[in-house]
Amino acid sequence: MSDALFEAEGLSLHFGGVKAVNGVGFSVRKGEIFTLIGPNGAGKTTVFNLISRIYQPSAGTMRFDGQDLLAVAPHRVASLGIARTFQNIELFENATVLANLLIGRHTHRTTTFAQELLFTPAARAGERMFRYRVEQVIEFLDLALYRDTMVAGLPYGVRKVVELARALAIGPKLLLLDEPSSGLNVEETEGMAFWMTDIKHDLGITVLMVEHDMSLVGRVSDRVLAMNQGEVIALGTPAEVQSHPAVIEAYLGTAAMAVEAA
Amino acid sequence: MRFIFKTHYDQDLVLFKHAGARWSYGALALILLLAPWLLSEYLLSQLAFICIYGIIGLGLMLLSGYTGQVSLGHAAFLAVGAYTHALLVGAGWPFVLSLAVAGTLSAAAGVIVGLPALRVKGIYLAIATMAFGFIVEEILARWESVTGGNSGKQVGPPEFFGYKLVSTAEFYYLCLVIAVLATLGVLNLLRSPTGRAWVAIRDSEVSAQSMGISLARYKTIAFAVSAFLAGIAGALYAHKLRFLSPDQFTIIQSIELLLMIVIGGLGSVHGAFFGAAFLISLPQAIVWLRDYLPDSVANATGLQPTVFGLILIVFILYEPFGIYGRWFKLRTYFQLFPFYRRGLFRRQRAFQKSERLK
Amino acid sequence: MQLLQILLSGIAQGCIYGLIALGFVLIYKATETVNFAQGELMMLGAFIGLLAFAGWGWPLAAAVLLAVVVMALAGVAVERAVLRPILGQPAFAIVMVTIGLGFVARGAVTMVPNVGTETFALEVPYRFSTVNAGGVVIGVAQIVVIAVTALLCAVLYALFRYTRIGVAMQASSQNQLAAYYMGIPVKRLNGIVWGLSAAVAAVAGLLLAPITFVHVNMGFIGLKAFPAAVVGGFGSLPGAIVGGLVIGLAESLAGFYLPEGFKDIAPYVVVLVMLWLKPNGLFGETARKKV
Repeated sequence: MSDALFEAEGLSLHFGGVKAVNGVGFSVRKGEIFTLIGPNGAGKTTVFNLISRIYQPSAGTMRFDGQDLLAVAPHRVASLGIARTFQNIELFENATVLANLLIGRHTHRTTTFAQELLFTPAARAGERMFRYRVEQVIEFLDLALYRDTMVAGLPYGVRKVVELARALAIGPKLLLLDEPSSGLNVEETEGMAFWMTDIKHDLGITVLMVEHDMSLVGRVSDRVLAMNQGEVIALGTPAEVQSHPAVIEAYLGTAAMAVEAA
Repeated sequence: MRFIFKTHYDQDLVLFKHAGARWSYGALALILLLAPWLLSEYLLSQLAFICIYGIIGLGLMLLSGYTGQVSLGHAAFLAVGAYTHALLVGAGWPFVLSLAVAGTLSAAAGVIVGLPALRVKGIYLAIATMAFGFIVEEILARWESVTGGNSGKQVGPPEFFGYKLVSTAEFYYLCLVIAVLATLGVLNLLRSPTGRAWVAIRDSEVSAQSMGISLARYKTIAFAVSAFLAGIAGALYAHKLRFLSPDQFTIIQSIELLLMIVIGGLGSVHGAFFGAAFLISLPQAIVWLRDYLPDSVANATGLQPTVFGLILIVFILYEPFGIYGRWFKLRTYFQLFPFYRRGLFRRQRAFQKSERLK
Repeated sequence: MQLLQILLSGIAQGCIYGLIALGFVLIYKATETVNFAQGELMMLGAFIGLLAFAGWGWPLAAAVLLAVVVMALAGVAVERAVLRPILGQPAFAIVMVTIGLGFVARGAVTMVPNVGTETFALEVPYRFSTVNAGGVVIGVAQIVVIAVTALLCAVLYALFRYTRIGVAMQASSQNQLAAYYMGIPVKRLNGIVWGLSAAVAAVAGLLLAPITFVHVNMGFIGLKAFPAAVVGGFGSLPGAIVGGLVIGLAESLAGFYLPEGFKDIAPYVVVLVMLWLKPNGLFGETARKKV
């Protein structure tokens, strides 16, 4: 597909005898919000780790923006334009929020080591540009209050937002969000939903996310892929997937089907 | 605590954040420049030592404090720099060139020692660096044709275009200039993407990689810069002592360097110099202490390590941020007087996180 | 024949390294701390044994028992006084504290008048006896080392396999907060582990004493036990012994076949090679953070 930003085909990852991911294939169109759902242990985060090149797949191919992703080293993924958040927040604890976001800008670095060592005007200009872009993200996500706070002292809900901010600071084309609303209360989840639609409409970033909160999924997603035990079981719009029999069975068991029929 | 009303990004970038800082560092600079007239010759030579150890401390702080790579064999870099420089100036090379080569060779050694860092972490890396330290020490002792082996090597005073820096004051200025340049270089690196990349590696390697930071590259740079600084300091060290022998660069020295930065305050540039000052003044303090202790205790050779160890334990138990931490709290106390509360810096109850799963 | 002798002395020395490494690994498994003072604990154990045996004229067995018991209590005391308050601080800080303890121990012993600066021999009855096994002359002291090490390993194995302590230790080292929640008395457990580790160190010291001498810098042998622990894989108890044997053998062989000086750096070259080939040691676990 010509407007597919990301494509995966036959993706598999075996840990010994365990098939964490087995023959998963899907494509994400540019500008859409694509969600992966499935019960715990379905392999959703594993797919993310495969895309981020933290894991090497046992089989299958992945293409991003026309490039073969398997040929890319883990630390080059960000410069291609893929950013991700982590399920169990991996922020830099001993740094301020601002420092965390500035680190996110790393791939846009234009200075050499020598320039940094001497802090030439070019290095200074580079730093100002970093700050300018990071401030845009801070304003977008309302983090100004926490700008100079150490991450270690922040409440969970704020950390989730900082994690998102750091991913946005990379300036990505594709944003991988791993359970963005887990641990958030109703208001915070509402906020997250608004931000996601803003990311799509205002920033034009494609979003691929893993989510459990079905109402959030229904509200923001364009398409949904359901996984169970490492395999794809359904693909379509949120309404289609949520009423798909295989999906209901995966989440609720066959008794639910009997209730439905009755 | 001062609240600075910022209106421009540059205010975050500059080294001296407000006028008060400029005044106090300016005063410090003045005192340091006038030191030969203010201090006795002995104290001046100790100050030169503090500068030298401060430079090593900067390097080690960068590697272990900011990048989180423990180096238990740092004395090896000191040795490489010291011996290289001694050999080159002994062969008639100009001082600056020899210094540069000594630093570069040390940096190369740093890259080699840093290779295990690309594969292993934590205690494994510490032991690998310790192993390198031992091997270098043994090479120094055995390679007698070059290093003079265990009988040691003489070194002359530093020489610029035929002018020998023989006096204490001249040597002190040399050390001061190099220390200041090294500090500025390190501060510049820390406020730029490289420095932030280092901190990222320390806090979460997986995350750093997903931000586009090449772990291999930045760890190697950290080792190289750190070793370069140790190499340069080693060259100055060689001139200061006028005599080099392998037993000046053992594991004990490496451990003392680590102790220096921990007591000084891990994770701060000030800490390197506070630690150096502590390390140099400790023997003096013990000499002074001897007058107040009973004879048997005072004259024992074991007094210094015991005191050193006790102070280290006390600091980690009660002031993990080191001397710089104490200094910072003291300053905050006076700035906030009388509103200072102990709870300002109270640490949260922490539970041990498994470092293997970092 | 000479090769056999070299191998045997390498194994005996390796057992000592292995015992000290065992002490490291015990503490590491429970608290993920590395105890840089292990060598000094060994030295203290040897001195206590010397004091009882040579100084007070106690029988050897009683002296050994005293040393082991006193060091075990010392280990518990050290954990209680120095390490418990800093629980939760980064591993680097805790390592620094143990280094500090090592310094204090070494310095304190040096300061004891008439004792600190001298070297003593532990005059055990079997010190110079040898056994002739088919033309090979073996020192009885070496046999004692190997035998005691084997016995101690068996005892520890039984302890960890058949009691709940082993499982509790691993839980505590992987996720301390969760261990607390599960009702594991983490602090008491740490104390027990330190006591056990110190006792093992004391045994190592007493085994070593007849072979080398008892002096304040004995603890530096502990530095060679680090490569042993790393080679075996830092989280593995059998690995510690195996690592020790590897290092002991490497040292012994290097001392005989290679030019002078290689004997001293053999352990360190071996550890670097091991880290290159198998970064987690022979039996080490490759734990990976799950993100």
